[in-house]
Amino acid sequence: MSERVLEVKDLCAGYTTTGVFGGKKYNEVIRNVSFHIDRGEILGLVGESGTGKSTLAKTVLGLLKPASGEVKNYTKAPQMIFQDPLSSLNPSFTIERILEEPLILRGVSSKAERVEKVKTAAKQVKLGSELLMAKPSELSGGQRQRVSIAAALLCEPGLIIADEPVSALDVTIEAQILDLLSELRREHGISFLFISHDLNVIYKICDRVIVMKDGRIVEEGVTRELFASPKQKYTKDLLNAAMEV
Amino acid sequence: MRKNPGLFFGLIIFGLLIAGIVTAYFWTPYDPEAFVASALEPPSLGHIFGTDDFGRDIFSRVMKGAGTTLAVGTFTIVIGALAGLFAGAVTGYFGGVFDEIIMRVNDAITAFPSILLALVIISLLGPEKTSNLVIALGVAFIPSYARVSRTAFLREKNQNYVTAARLMGAGNFRILSVHILPNTVSVLLPALTIGFNNAVLAEASMSYLGIGVSPVDPSLGFMLKASQSYLFSAPWYAVSTGLTVVLMVLSVGLIGDGLKKKGR
Repeated sequence: MSERVLEVKDLCAGYTTTGVFGGKKYNEVIRNVSFHIDRGEILGLVGESGTGKSTLAKTVLGLLKPASGEVKNYTKAPQMIFQDPLSSLNPSFTIERILEEPLILRGVSSKAERVEKVKTAAKQVKLGSELLMAKPSELSGGQRQRVSIAAALLCEPGLIIADEPVSALDVTIEAQILDLLSELRREHGISFLFISHDLNVIYKICDRVIVMKDGRIVEEGVTRELFASPKQKYTKDLLNAAMEV
Repeated sequence: MRKNPGLFFGLIIFGLLIAGIVTAYFWTPYDPEAFVASALEPPSLGHIFGTDDFGRDIFSRVMKGAGTTLAVGTFTIVIGALAGLFAGAVTGYFGGVFDEIIMRVNDAITAFPSILLALVIISLLGPEKTSNLVIALGVAFIPSYARVSRTAFLREKNQNYVTAARLMGAGNFRILSVHILPNTVSVLLPALTIGFNNAVLAEASMSYLGIGVSPVDPSLGFMLKASQSYLFSAPWYAVSTGLTVVLMVLSVGLIGDGLKKKGR
């Protein structure tokens, strides 16, 4: 039995909006969701847009309070990689400064030591060291995504939630980023919750998949088996739609 | 310089003004308070801006008065911008009941014209000290800064880089000061230079109304008021004084625009 890094049980979550007259309205997005992730595992999360994938990510990270149920996170410092890498990098910092921040927050007080670690991390994600002095706006989409991966890596997380990390990138860059993520999993034993609407990407990288619809998990299973013989109509429809493209 | 001529010329004009103001602390061509010639002499080599209604050298008085005006403008925005930035950052970032309360107070202050508000505060504090004018103008300028910085912080706080910083373990204070603040500079800096200009003009109008800086210190606003009676008989008085105000406002405006351009 492998080691659990995340365990989610009967999770319900949603947003409360306050009306003009102070009336509160609760809008449930996540309904009775249970799943787990093991150490070094990449769990795919598929579903149409609007099914609550990102809300689930936020709840798992503790950015949103669950309405009921529980999220047990056995790792420290879970990180997130966003779909739009530009908005996830501070526009007024240089790349070096962005990568230094997690180290400062972890209490690495020597500047020389931080710079050394930043260089190592940049090398790990195959980011040229000449880019360290650039601003995020001067980088390409793929380079920016490497920076956010490096920043996440410097927090030494056990779990990374990747929310559509490659859907803003073109196909060749996408393949490189996916390779990079697999490599990190292999070398550092990091687990991933990989959110995507693109089944091809999910097929390439994920060990197991959960399929979500309207805030519920409708099907889950080992990637190959699930893709070969989907049981639910919704999963079949998703697969068929992906084939047509 | 070629890329940003506005900033370049702004800095040159502002630099010259500062040089003149600093020089005035040690040396002016004539004593600004002494009656050195006959009244209302037109500009000549001896008195390049002419003399005023008491026969004082206008150039010397402009040098001295520009310092007063600059100091009033600067300290006014220091008070207004610091308090406004703090209120805006806290309300924009945290939101909630606190936001509602502060912004409604802000609305109430905004409902008064800022000059009128400054008048009220001055009459409460007493008009005899220049520092009271600075406080009054500073308070009157807080709401506009609060509003601008609130909008800026509100917009930035939902950006993913803020979420990323929080996940890395950054606290609220660090997120506000280290992560968000640098990204609001491009919005806040122009507001600051516009605010400075408004403060200089407000000082001029307050002095013009006779409730600004105490008459002992020459200030540009006070001199403008005095020059009004001689607008046709001695136009050089109003023109030289007014032009100095214009140059001060213009140079700061150019610097603000230039920095905004550079920030992009």
